[in-house]
Amino acid sequence: MALEVLYFGSLVDITGLSKQEFTSIADTDSLVQQLQTDYPALRTTKFFIAVNQQMIQSNKALNHGDIVALMPPFSGG
Amino acid sequence: MADKERYLRQMILPGFGQEAQEKLLAAKVLIVGVGGLGCPVLQYLVGAGVGKIGIMDGDKISLSNLHRQLLFSEIEIGLLKVEQAFIKMKQLNSGITIEQYPFYIDQKNALEIISKFDIVIDATDNFAAKYLINDACVVLKKPLVYGAVSRFEGQVAVFNFATNKERAINYRDLFPEAPKLGEIPSCEEAGVLGVLPGIIGAMQAAEAVKFITGLGRVLNGKLYHYNLLQAQGYEIEITPIDKVEEINEHQFLKTNYEWDCEIEDVPEINVAEFNKLRQQPEFFVLDVREKHEYPKIDFSDAQIPMSELQNRMAEIPDKEICIICHQGIRSLYAAQQISKKRNLKVSSLKGGLTAYFK
Repeated sequence: MALEVLYFGSLVDITGLSKQEFTSIADTDSLVQQLQTDYPALRTTKFFIAVNQQMIQSNKALNHGDIVALMPPFSGG
Repeated sequence: MADKERYLRQMILPGFGQEAQEKLLAAKVLIVGVGGLGCPVLQYLVGAGVGKIGIMDGDKISLSNLHRQLLFSEIEIGLLKVEQAFIKMKQLNSGITIEQYPFYIDQKNALEIISKFDIVIDATDNFAAKYLINDACVVLKKPLVYGAVSRFEGQVAVFNFATNKERAINYRDLFPEAPKLGEIPSCEEAGVLGVLPGIIGAMQAAEAVKFITGLGRVLNGKLYHYNLLQAQGYEIEITPIDKVEEINEHQFLKTNYEWDCEIEDVPEINVAEFNKLRQQPEFFVLDVREKHEYPKIDFSDAQIPMSELQNRMAEIPDKEICIICHQGIRSLYAAQQISKKRNLKVSSLKGGLTAYFK
């Protein structure tokens, strides 16, 4: 099972990537846990998660081919 | 209809016509922030013939604004943005009304001013203002066209526009609480490419025009992300938070939107207190602005940009210190960081150099 994670804004500075592929991740909670282990700075950074362009407010199962987006807030004007 | 020739090029568009033009002339739009986003929003809405436009900003024009705020010019440096924008926009279109609010939005003025308009455009550059505007629009049930930029990326959304859904989506569905100070860098620290707020501001103006005229599809409850470097857009459908209590006027007035709420034990001093403390021989003034920022000042004892502060903490001497920056937001955060690591008497100049040079 492969899925793609897209990083936006300041999250790219933390991960050093704009996108990344993952395999065998059951749901968004496990994904976040994995990401926070790989990139500890994500623990103290705000972002919301969208799966296939739909924002989620609670844990969601992930399927092969899903695209997960991590979006931080922007404040500039 | 008067001024038909002026608006002819948009009135001949399919689905537009006199009816849409009259809706624009009857519309009342408040633009909060006349900077990188606010300038293009204002210019396009004035050009399009929105009948009443409010412009709200307490800031003055500075040289570092001019790469992206193309409404202003070099000879206007130091003048109020709202006043200069008013003069230029009357020259562009004398047939509409422009209301000037040459001060910052706050809890005391927000509800009264917003209630005079049909739509609010958030063109501000900080989270405190963005949350305040969002909540004021929720209280007053006013649609809000949100925009924000960072480096090479921007976001646009339309909030608080109820259609058939039970509750209209607002910014707190995306991010319920404001990020902590310093968690997300500001434009001064992160930088922004001049053309980017031009694009995002023009998109906000387009959303407002569509909303008013009923043309096309409005980004209602959707967050549109634009990446300039990749020339790519990405749209996300926002999901509302399940059990959320809508903010009311009472809660709005008692919420602390200032950054002080997250900062303890760091006093803020006003300009008079600052000038008095400066007379002491052992007093140390630290400027935490980035190196490129203006105005240059001759009364600081050292400049350590906020982006380098964590690594240069040891350079700060054992003296009583006051931190200064542009508007007193970063300096407050810097003062907190320093007081965590060093046992010094630290304060922050309230309102920053903007207040100092007022």
